[in-house]
Amino acid sequence: MNTNANRAFPWKHVTGFVLSIALTLLALWMVQAHVMGFTALISVTLLFAALQILVQLFLFMHITDSPGPRYHVIALALGLLFTFTIVAGSIWIMTFGGNQAY
Amino acid sequence: MPGYDRHHPTPFFVSGDPMIYASDVLIALTLVGVVFVLTYFRRWRWLWEEWITTVDHKKIGIMYLLAALAMMFRGGVDSELMRTQLAFPNNHFLGAEHYDQIFTTHGTIMILFMAMPLIFAMMNIAVPLQIGARDVAFPYLNAISFWLFFFGAMLFNLSFVIGGSPDAGWVSYPPLTETPFDPGPGENFYLLALQISGIGSIATGINFLVTILKMRAPGMTLMRMPLFPWSVLSASVLIIFAFPALTIALALLLLDRLAGAHFFTMLQGGNPMMYVNLFWVWGHPEVYIVVLPAFGIFSEVFATFSRKRVFGYTSMVASLMTIAVISYFVWAHHFFTMGAGPGVNSFFAIASMCVGIPTGVKVFNWLFTMFKGRIRTSLPMLWAIGFIPNFAIGGATGIMLAAAPGDYQYHNSYFLIAHFHQVLIGGVVYGMLAGMYYWWPKMFGFILDERIGRWAFWLFNIGFYVCFMPQYQLGFMGMTRRVYIYPADMGWSTLNLISTVGAYLMGIAFVLIVVEILYSAVWGVRDTTGDPWDGRTLEWSLPSPAPHYNFAHVPVVTERDAWWGQKEARKKGEIQKETRPFQPIHMPRNSGRPFIMSLCFFIGGFGLVFEWYPLALVGLVGILTSLLMRSVERDTDYYIPVEEIQHIESNLGRA
Amino acid sequence: MAIGHDAVLSEDDETTPLEYRHENDVLRIYGFWLFIATDLVLFGTLFATYVVLRANTAGGPSESQLFEVPIFTAETLILLTSSFTCGLATFQMHRKKHGWLSFWLVVTVLLGATFIGLELSEFITYATHGATMQRSAFLSAFFTLVGTHGIHVSMGILWMLSILYQLWRTGLNSTTARKVFVVGLYWHFLDVVWVFIFTVVYLTGVAH
Ligand code: HEM
Repeated sequence: MNTNANRAFPWKHVTGFVLSIALTLLALWMVQAHVMGFTALISVTLLFAALQILVQLFLFMHITDSPGPRYHVIALALGLLFTFTIVAGSIWIMTFGGNQAY
Repeated sequence: MPGYDRHHPTPFFVSGDPMIYASDVLIALTLVGVVFVLTYFRRWRWLWEEWITTVDHKKIGIMYLLAALAMMFRGGVDSELMRTQLAFPNNHFLGAEHYDQIFTTHGTIMILFMAMPLIFAMMNIAVPLQIGARDVAFPYLNAISFWLFFFGAMLFNLSFVIGGSPDAGWVSYPPLTETPFDPGPGENFYLLALQISGIGSIATGINFLVTILKMRAPGMTLMRMPLFPWSVLSASVLIIFAFPALTIALALLLLDRLAGAHFFTMLQGGNPMMYVNLFWVWGHPEVYIVVLPAFGIFSEVFATFSRKRVFGYTSMVASLMTIAVISYFVWAHHFFTMGAGPGVNSFFAIASMCVGIPTGVKVFNWLFTMFKGRIRTSLPMLWAIGFIPNFAIGGATGIMLAAAPGDYQYHNSYFLIAHFHQVLIGGVVYGMLAGMYYWWPKMFGFILDERIGRWAFWLFNIGFYVCFMPQYQLGFMGMTRRVYIYPADMGWSTLNLISTVGAYLMGIAFVLIVVEILYSAVWGVRDTTGDPWDGRTLEWSLPSPAPHYNFAHVPVVTERDAWWGQKEARKKGEIQKETRPFQPIHMPRNSGRPFIMSLCFFIGGFGLVFEWYPLALVGLVGILTSLLMRSVERDTDYYIPVEEIQHIESNLGRA
Repeated sequence: MAIGHDAVLSEDDETTPLEYRHENDVLRIYGFWLFIATDLVLFGTLFATYVVLRANTAGGPSESQLFEVPIFTAETLILLTSSFTCGLATFQMHRKKHGWLSFWLVVTVLLGATFIGLELSEFITYATHGATMQRSAFLSAFFTLVGTHGIHVSMGILWMLSILYQLWRTGLNSTTARKVFVVGLYWHFLDVVWVFIFTVVYLTGVAH
C-alpha cells in the first residue's frame, strides 16, 4: 500500500517535483516564444496543467492509499466533472451559445 | 470612478407598520414566556446539558424538526397573508413594499429554513439507525451544522424587526439587489444568513456521505442498504457539489454591496446574468436535494405499509443516482428567456426532460410495490399515496415548462408558481410529513393520533388542489407572479378567491397537525415494542426512543430488509437470542463549542449586515479561536462501561 | 469519532501507514478528501466567473498591462517547491523521523509565507496604479479568485503552525500523523489550484 515508506530516499517526490517544474517552465516558454496560435497555446498549457493534477494526486497526495474501497477517488472524479461542467457551461451560456464574444 | 453614496440612514428598528408592532409585542412576550418557564421549572441546566451541547444525532434530528416546524409556521403565515391580499381585486390589505418583503421571506424560509432542516431532521433521525451505526461519522461537526443552520435562520428572521426584511425575491437577482437600488440592510441579512446556514449544509453533506459510505454495519453492503440512506447519499453528493456555487454567488454579491466590486452591477463591465447563472448552478440541484430524501422516505413507507419488499430495488438505486447527476446539467432552464440561443436552450431543455425518465421509473416502482400488497392506510401511507397524483401533475407541468419555446409563455406566471408548489409541497412537504409520522414513535415513543391526523391530511390535500389548480389557469390567463394587486376587470377574481380558500384549508390543516402533536403527547398510543408499523429496517429493531448509543451490539446484516429477515427467521425459530457479551462503547463527548462558535458566526454576520466591521472582527476572532481550541483538544470521547449498558438494556427489557 | 465499529483497525501493523491506524483517522481523512472535492467546485465557480468577466475591463487596465512574468513565475516556483517540501514532511512522517518532519514543515511554512508576501506586494502594486477591485468587473474577478487562493494559503500556514505546536507538545502519534497527512493534502490541493491560476489567469493573460 505504501511503497515509499521504508525507502531512505523520496524518489516519488523528487520525480514529482522535477516534473512539475518542467511542465511549468515548458508552458511558460511556449507562451513567451509564441510557438503556436493563441487557441492551440491555451489548449496545450491547459493540458500541462491537467498533467500537473495527476502529478500532485499520485506522487504527492497518495490518492491510492486507503484502507477499504476508494470512494474518494469517485468523489474527486465527480468533482472534476462538475467543475468542468460549471466552467464550460457558464462560458457557453454567458457567451450566448458562443455567438457573442465577450 | 463612479462610486455610490452608500451612507444612507437606516432605521434600526423597523417601524411604521401596525402588523410589525404587533409581532414585536408577540416576539417579546414569547421570549419572556420561554425565559419564565425555563426559570420556573429550573430547566436551564437541562437545556444546556441535554440539548444545546448534545452531539447525539437523534437529539440533533429532533431539534432540526422543531425548528423546521417553527419555520413552516412563519413561512405559512407569510403565505396566508399573501393569499389574503390576493383574494380580491384592488385589495389594500398589504402594501406593495410589504408584499415584496413577504414573498421574499416566504420563499427563502420555505426552501432554506424549512425544507432543508426538515430533510436534515429525517437524515439525522433515521440514517444511523438504519445502517446500524452508533452515530454519524463526525458528531461534533453535526452539532456545528445544526447550530449554523439555527443561527442563520435567526439572523434571517431578525431582519423582520431590525433593519427591515429583504424584498427582492428568494433568488435575490441583481441589479435590483445592488446597493443603488436596494440600499437597506435587508439584502445583507439575506446574503449572510444564507451563507452561514450554507456552510452548515456543506458540512452535513460531507458528514452523511462519510457516514453512509464508511459506517454501515458489518455485512450491510451498499446493495443491501435501505433506500432512504441511498436517497440521502445521492442528496449529499448534490449538496457537496452544488452548495459551493451558492457560497460563491452570495459572496460575490456581498462584495458588490459591501466592497464596491463590480461582478453583477450595470457599470464597469459587471454582468448581472452571471449571478443568475451561478445561483441556478446551485438552485436546480437544490430542489433535488430536498426532493430526493422525500423519494427515499416514500420507498420506505410504501414497502412497510404494503408489507412487501420494494419493487425494483436496483432500478430505484440507479434512478436516484441518475437523477442526482442529470440534475446538475439542467440549470439554464430557469432562465431560458435570457435568450442564450437555440443551441444552449435546446441542450438544457432536453436535459431537463431527461430527468423525467428516472423519476417515472420510480413512480412505477412505487405503484408496483403497492400492487397485490396487503396495504394499510396509516398516516404515513396516506401522505405517500397523496403524493403520487401530485407528483404526476407536477411532473407533467414540469415537462411543459422545460420545453424552452413554451417557457417563453409560462415564464414567471402563476403557471410556474402552481408548478413548483405542486412539486415542493406535493413532493417535499408530503414526503417529510410521511417521514415525520413514520419515525415519530422512534423519536418520542408515542404514535401520533390517527383520527386528527386523517382530518389534517384530507383538509390539506383538498386545500392543496383548491389552492393551486386555479393558479395554472390564472397563469394561462396572464397573471404574473409577484403582483400584489390586480384590477377587477381581468377575469381573475373568482379563481383568486378560490385559491385563497384553498390556502386557508391548508392553514387549518397545519393547525390541526400541531393540535394532533400536543394531543398525542398526552393521550397518544405509547409504542412499547419499538416496532409499531411492523417495519423492515434496522431502526425498528431498537426500543423507542433508542438509547443514546443506539445499538448495544452492532448488528450483523445478511440481507436487504435486515429486520424483516430477522423477524421471519425468528418466527421459524432459526435465530437464538443474542449471545455476544456487551463491550464498552466508544462515544463522543458533548460540547458547548458548536453553539458558541455558531453564535460567533451570528455576531460576525450581524456586524457585516450593518457594516460594523469591529463587530464582524469580533465574530471572526471568536470563530478562529473555537477552531484552534478544537484542534488542540484531546479529551473528546469516552467509553460507556459494560455495567451501564447492562443496566440500560435491562431497564428497556432487552437484556 | 469512530462509533461505527469497534475502534482499532490495526494498531501495531507496521505495514499500515501511521495516519490510517485508527478508524477515527480513516474517517477524517476520507471526510477531508470530500472537503477537497467541494473546494474544487468552489474554485471552479470562481474560475468560471473570471473567464466570463475577464474581458470586461471597462476601459481600465487589462491583463497584459498588469501581469509581470518574473513576479508570477517566482510565485509559481515558490509554491511548487513548497508543495514538494510538504511532501517531504509526509515522507519523513511515514519514516517516523520526528525531527525531519518538523524541519520540512517549517520550510513549507516559510515558503508559504514568502509566497503570500509576494502576492501581497503584487496586489499593492496594482492598487497603487489604480487597478483596484472597484475599477472593473475583470479586476473584481481577478482579486477575488487569486485572493481566495491566498486566503486559503494563509489558513494553511496557520494550520501548519498549530500542527507544529501539537507535534512539539505530544510527539508523533496516529493523531498528529493524521493531521500532518491532512494538512499535506490541503497544501498539495492549493498547489494544483495555483497551477490553474498560473495557466488560466497569468499565462493566458500574457499570451496575446
Ligand atoms: C400553504 C402552502 C403555501 C401557500 C399557500 C403558498 C403561497 C405562495 C404565494 C402566494 C406565493 C407568492 C406568489 C407571488 O406573488 O409571486 C408563493 C411564492 C413562493 N413559494 Fe409558496 N406557498 C406555500 C408553500 C410553499 C412551500 C412549502 C414552499 C417550499 C418548500 C414554497 C416556496 C415558495 C417559493 C420559492 C416562492 C417564490 C418566492 C419568490 O417569488 O421569490 N411555498 N407561495
